[in-house]
Amino acid sequence: MANSIIRINDLKRNFIVGSETVRALRGVSFEIQAGEFVAIMGTSGSGKSTMLNILGCLDKPTSGEYYIDEIEVSKFSNDKLSEIRNKKIGFVFQSYNLLPRTAAIEQVELPLLYNPSVGAKERRERAEEALRLVGLEERMYHLPSQMSGGQQQRVAIARAIVNDPVIILADEATGNLDTRTSYEIMSLFQRLNESGKTIAFVTHEPDIAAFTSRVVMLRDGRVTKDEPVKTASAQAALDALPASDDY
Amino acid sequence: MNFSNLIKIAYTALLRNTTRALLTMLGIIIGIASVIAMVNMGQSSQAQIEENISSMGTNLIMVMRAHQRGGGVNLGNANSQSLKLADVEAIKAQAKYVDAVSPSVNASGQLVNGSKNWPGSMQGGSVEYLAIKKYEIAYGTNFTEQDIASYAKVCLIGKTIVDNLFEEGENPIGKEIRFGKIPMKVIGVLEEKGQNSMGQDQDDILIAPYSTVQKRILAQNHLNMIYASAKNEDVCQLATEEIEKILRTSHNLSPDATNDFEVRTQAEMLEMMSSVVGTITSLLTATAIISLIVGGIGIMNIMYVTVTERTKEIGLRMAIGAKAKDVLWQFLIESGMLSVVGGIIGIIVGIIASYVIAQVMMSPFVVSVGAVFMAFFVSAFIGIFFGWLPAKKAAKLDPITALRYE
Repeated sequence: MANSIIRINDLKRNFIVGSETVRALRGVSFEIQAGEFVAIMGTSGSGKSTMLNILGCLDKPTSGEYYIDEIEVSKFSNDKLSEIRNKKIGFVFQSYNLLPRTAAIEQVELPLLYNPSVGAKERRERAEEALRLVGLEERMYHLPSQMSGGQQQRVAIARAIVNDPVIILADEATGNLDTRTSYEIMSLFQRLNESGKTIAFVTHEPDIAAFTSRVVMLRDGRVTKDEPVKTASAQAALDALPASDDY
Repeated sequence: MNFSNLIKIAYTALLRNTTRALLTMLGIIIGIASVIAMVNMGQSSQAQIEENISSMGTNLIMVMRAHQRGGGVNLGNANSQSLKLADVEAIKAQAKYVDAVSPSVNASGQLVNGSKNWPGSMQGGSVEYLAIKKYEIAYGTNFTEQDIASYAKVCLIGKTIVDNLFEEGENPIGKEIRFGKIPMKVIGVLEEKGQNSMGQDQDDILIAPYSTVQKRILAQNHLNMIYASAKNEDVCQLATEEIEKILRTSHNLSPDATNDFEVRTQAEMLEMMSSVVGTITSLLTATAIISLIVGGIGIMNIMYVTVTERTKEIGLRMAIGAKAKDVLWQFLIESGMLSVVGGIIGIIVGIIASYVIAQVMMSPFVVSVGAVFMAFFVSAFIGIFFGWLPAKKAAKLDPITALRYE
């Protein structure tokens, strides 16, 4: 099933700062097919955050086309975009963005609360299933303060997959984690990808990007490189870490 | 967006910070509780006044001498001699709606019994006086027509006088006390009645035959007042008009002459007293409403703090699919819940407070159902009104900046 999940065409995004116009994206085009695991790379100022905001339907392009799951959303109203985010996109953030003093299961239920077609029973079942998928079935009722950074990020990943999105957008999802935990998270992403999830992963770390199957390089608002890479296994990298690392 | 989900979202958010929620509610609790207590207290004193006045007899009619004028000066009614015994006879003979009628004369003087004395006033009336003014005899007997005819020096006394002129446990019946220089034999003691609505002690009273007071003490032929009681409350007005007609005839007043007397009923007194209490109640309630508004501002303040503090959470909610109006509703429901729950607690506290006040003031315990409903809706309104601006602020946040907010 090689249908395109994301298709952007000559995407431009200008910001007006005072009297100057900052051109963050200067005409970006690419496609992401179902089942791909794409790393979007770039230095700061390259436009990758702007790119991610538009891909995540949090921002609208100044011009250009954006198709997500074959729906043209670049001219959608804010409310329509909210619905798209709710049904088609799963976000994973660098700083987890979990609600304080809220049990893991309720964190994961959150996106479904904003979906009126999901009832309370189905919501609980799907949240439990998502937590099982990320390996946290033992910690469903733990609070964020009772979990490690890696576990918190797993909760966030469970929250991103609970609505069965067409694409998971991860923004520096390993940025706050140590190497071992980063590899564990990447291994989890790889397993999710193998089970058919499409993932776009924004990072500036090449060793993390190496675990993906394709790298899109942005520089000054343009795509400078877009090529498939040989995917390294995160599990293998994890096994290769010296045991002494595990204090 | 499903409304029950929004309510769930709002209350789980509130439960994350119970102490703050309770403290925020405190303003509303105090505001609503004081409104409820004030309104209940007002209604309670209203009820008390009604009770008092009806204990004096709701069918009581008072005929007073009209004020006199001399050269444009209002001289009061002290020198008027317009009411005579003949008027009482006329009312007794002609009035259809009047049950009982009694002349009233009174004199004040010092009451003496041995070494004890007490400043008192002597009330002269007919045999029917007790019935009209709703006095009961605790022990002893009422005076008779015979006593009136013979200007008998007998009297009935109230509890206050008994307490002040006699030793504890002493039986006053048959004893002679002096009113000024006149010895009066006590033949009866009245049942205790307490204070009336004006705060007068109704037990500080000595009742004697009117003839005795007129002839032996005051040496006057006219009456101070006439008391009458209508057959029942409903014909009070008719009885009043009837008395007026009878008196105008008996006083030979020409049709265009003004009355040289005044007829009043207890209903008018009731109205007057009620309006005084009503004014006080509304003033107190206004003060309580101010505290309610202060409570509302407290909610607004906390909601602003909450919105700022939870900017990142709002960003996340928007990122995972909350629409601006979902966020708006979430915060409106939060402030509404704070204020409605505060309102309900306030209603309970207010009812308890008015119960305690009623016990302490020995007034009737009244709960105004209207005030309870009003308080409930007012608190809901306050929550939504004062929660609106903070909620609007939250809903207007840009998800991208909100997510990056530290």
